[in-house]
Amino acid sequence: MKPGSDRSEVWELFLYIAGETPRSVIAFQNLKDICNTHLAGRYTIEVIDLVKNPTLAEIDQIVAIPTLVRKLPKPVRKIIGDLSNTEKTLIDLQVRPAKLKNATQKDHRDAS
Amino acid sequence: MSKTTTTKQTPQNPAQRIQKPDKSGIEKAATGIAGFDDITFGGLPRNRPTLICGGPGSGKTLFGLEFLARGITEHGEPGVFVSFEETEEELAKNVKSLGLDLPDLIAKKKLVIDTLRVDREDYLETGDYDLGGLFIRVGCAIDSIGAKRIVLDSMEALFSGLTDHMRLRSEIHRLFLWLKDKGVTAIVTGESIEPSGKTREGLEEFISDCVVYLDHRVNDTISTRRLRITKYRGSFHGTNEYPFMIDESGICVLPVTSLNLTYKASTERVSTGIASLDGMLGGKGYYRGSSVLVTGTAGSGKTSVGAHFIHAASRRGERCLMWSFEESESQIVRNMRSIGIDLEPSIKAGSLKILTSRPQIFGLEMHLGIIHKEINAFAPKCICIDPVSNFIGAGTVSETKVMLTRLVDLTKSKGITTIMTYLIRGGMPAETTDAGVSSLMDTWIVLTDPEFNGERNRILSVLKSRGMPHSNQMREMLLTSHGVELIDPYLGPSGAVTGAARKSLEASEKALAVEWEIKLLRKKKDLENSRDLTEARIKMLRSRLQTQEQSLQLEISQAKSLEQVKVEDRTRMGATRSSAPDHKPQEQR
Repeated sequence: MKPGSDRSEVWELFLYIAGETPRSVIAFQNLKDICNTHLAGRYTIEVIDLVKNPTLAEIDQIVAIPTLVRKLPKPVRKIIGDLSNTEKTLIDLQVRPAKLKNATQKDHRDAS
Repeated sequence: MSKTTTTKQTPQNPAQRIQKPDKSGIEKAATGIAGFDDITFGGLPRNRPTLICGGPGSGKTLFGLEFLARGITEHGEPGVFVSFEETEEELAKNVKSLGLDLPDLIAKKKLVIDTLRVDREDYLETGDYDLGGLFIRVGCAIDSIGAKRIVLDSMEALFSGLTDHMRLRSEIHRLFLWLKDKGVTAIVTGESIEPSGKTREGLEEFISDCVVYLDHRVNDTISTRRLRITKYRGSFHGTNEYPFMIDESGICVLPVTSLNLTYKASTERVSTGIASLDGMLGGKGYYRGSSVLVTGTAGSGKTSVGAHFIHAASRRGERCLMWSFEESESQIVRNMRSIGIDLEPSIKAGSLKILTSRPQIFGLEMHLGIIHKEINAFAPKCICIDPVSNFIGAGTVSETKVMLTRLVDLTKSKGITTIMTYLIRGGMPAETTDAGVSSLMDTWIVLTDPEFNGERNRILSVLKSRGMPHSNQMREMLLTSHGVELIDPYLGPSGAVTGAARKSLEASEKALAVEWEIKLLRKKKDLENSRDLTEARIKMLRSRLQTQEQSLQLEISQAKSLEQVKVEDRTRMGATRSSAPDHKPQEQR
C-alpha cells in the first residue's frame, strides 16, 4: 500500500530546529501550510528544539537544520531545508496533493 | 603615522614582545604519535583544525584515533571522534590490534565516538538549511566530557550525502571557526586523489593552518607509508617525506632530522672477540658505541667476525641483539658452533637475542621501526646486523642508505656498539659498498678471499678505524674449530703470501735453512781436519828441530871434551920437560 493512499492515516511529523531562527520559523510556517492544505486533520507536528534538547539530535541522526522527519506513515523519511518549495516537499513527503491543488494523481515518488 | 610610532616603540618595550608566544607563534598540542611531534616541533596547532589527507588505507582514521587516545592517556585531554563512515564498534575493533582500547576510554568518559551517517537516500532537500544539527551534536559531545580534541572522519561523506555543496562549504567553514572558538584542536580527514594529492572536495581551502599528507606507495611490490607536512602556518616543520609505519603500537613516524650528530663519543674500548683483531686495532678493539662495518664477498667470514664480537660481549654479560636476514636462529647457532662459538648459553641466559626475518617481508621503514622497537625494548649494549646489504632487496639503494644512516644514528645516540656486515657482490672492488654506507662507519674491516694458485684464502684487513692506530697489514684469516685466527703475515721474497703458497714457501725456506746448516757443518769439519793436520805438521817440524838441536849439542860437547884432552896432554908433556932443564929457564931466553 502506498503511503498516503489511505485517507484515514495519521501523519506523524517531527520538525527539528535549533532555536527560534528565522529559517526555522519559516520552515514551521511552510510545514503548517502544507499540512493544513493537504493533510487537514490527519497530522501531528512535533517541533524539537535541539538547543533545548541537544541529545535528541542523535536519535534521528540529525545533521542539518531544519530537518523534517516523517515517522508515520512508514518508512521514515527525512527532508532537510526550510520547505519553501511546496511542490518538492509534497513529492518528498509523498503527500497526495489535495484535489484543489493538483489534478494529476500521478505518484511522484519515482521522480524524487 | 601611527604605524611608525608603533614600530619605534616596540624595541623600547621588549617585555611586551616576550609575553607573546615564541617565534613559531603558535601553541601546539602534542599528538603523542611517535616521531610526529619531532618533525612538527611539538605537534599540531592547538585549537585549530588540521587536515589529514591521503588515499584509501593510508592511515588517516588511525592517525585521528591515535591522536585522541594519546591525548587522553598522555596529555589528559579528552576527545571526540565524529565518524561519518564507521560505527563505534567497527572503529573499536579496527584499532584494538593496534593497542588502542577505545571501549575503556569511552567507559572512563574520556572519549566520545559519534557516528553520523549521511546517506543521500535518507535526505531529501527542500529549500534552505544549515548544519545546525551537526554543530549541536558535536557541541554536545564536546561539552559532555570537556573535550579538547576532536576528529572529524571524514568530512567528505557530507558531500556525498548532501547535494547543496555551496551551502555545505560555507557551513564547514563556519564549523571550523566555531571549533576554534570552542578551543578544541581538530583533525579533519579527507581523501586525496592522485596525482594532484588534493582532496576531492578541496578541503584544503577551509583548513589553512596545517595540512598533513599521508601516502602509501608501492615500490617494486614493497609498500612504504610516508607522511609529509605540506603546510603548517606559522611554524617550522620538517618538509621531507617521512616514512612511517603502523604496527601493534600504532603509528610511528621515523624522522631523519630528529636525529643529529650530537651523540657523545666514548673512549671506552670493547674487544672484538678475536684477540689478534684486537691487536690490529691498537690492541684494544673497537670503541664502545661505534659502528663497525664488515664487508666481504660471499663466504669470506663476515658472520663469523660478527658472531665473535657478539659472543664475547654476551659472555661478559652485556645484552646483545643479533639480526640475521639470511639464517635462522638454530642455523646460526649450529654454524657458529663449528668454529667453536657456542651462542646457546648466552641465549638461554637471556643476554643474547637472535632475531631473524627475510628483508623482503617488509619495507625498509618497517624494518627500521622494528629494529627501533626491539632496541628500545631489549636495551642492548651491542648489536650485530647480518647483513645490511640485504636491505637493498627491500628498497632502492638510496633508500637503503638513508635507512642505514638513520640506523647508525639511532645506535650511536644510544651508545650501542654496532657491527654490520655487508655482502660485496662478486667482481666489485672490495673497498666499495653499493649503498655507499662506508662513510657512516667508524671502523671498516674488509674481508676478501682471493683465488690464487688454485685455492681461496681469506684475508682480513682494517681499512679504516677512526680515532685509533690500526694495523696496515693484510692478515690471513683462518676459521678454525676454536674460532677465527689471524695468521701473522708471511712475507717472502715476493711479498706476502697466504695459504698453500705460504706453506710451500715456508717449507722451501726451511729446506734451504737445513741445507745451509749441513754446509756449515761440513765446513766446520773441514776446518777441524785442517787444524789437526797443521798441528801434526807443527809437531813434526818441532821434533825435527829438536833433533837438530840435540845433535848440535852433542857435537859441541864432543868438541869440548877433545879440547880438554889436548890441554891435558900438553900439560903432561910440559911437566915431563921441566924435570931436566928446569933450573935454567933464563938461559933459554
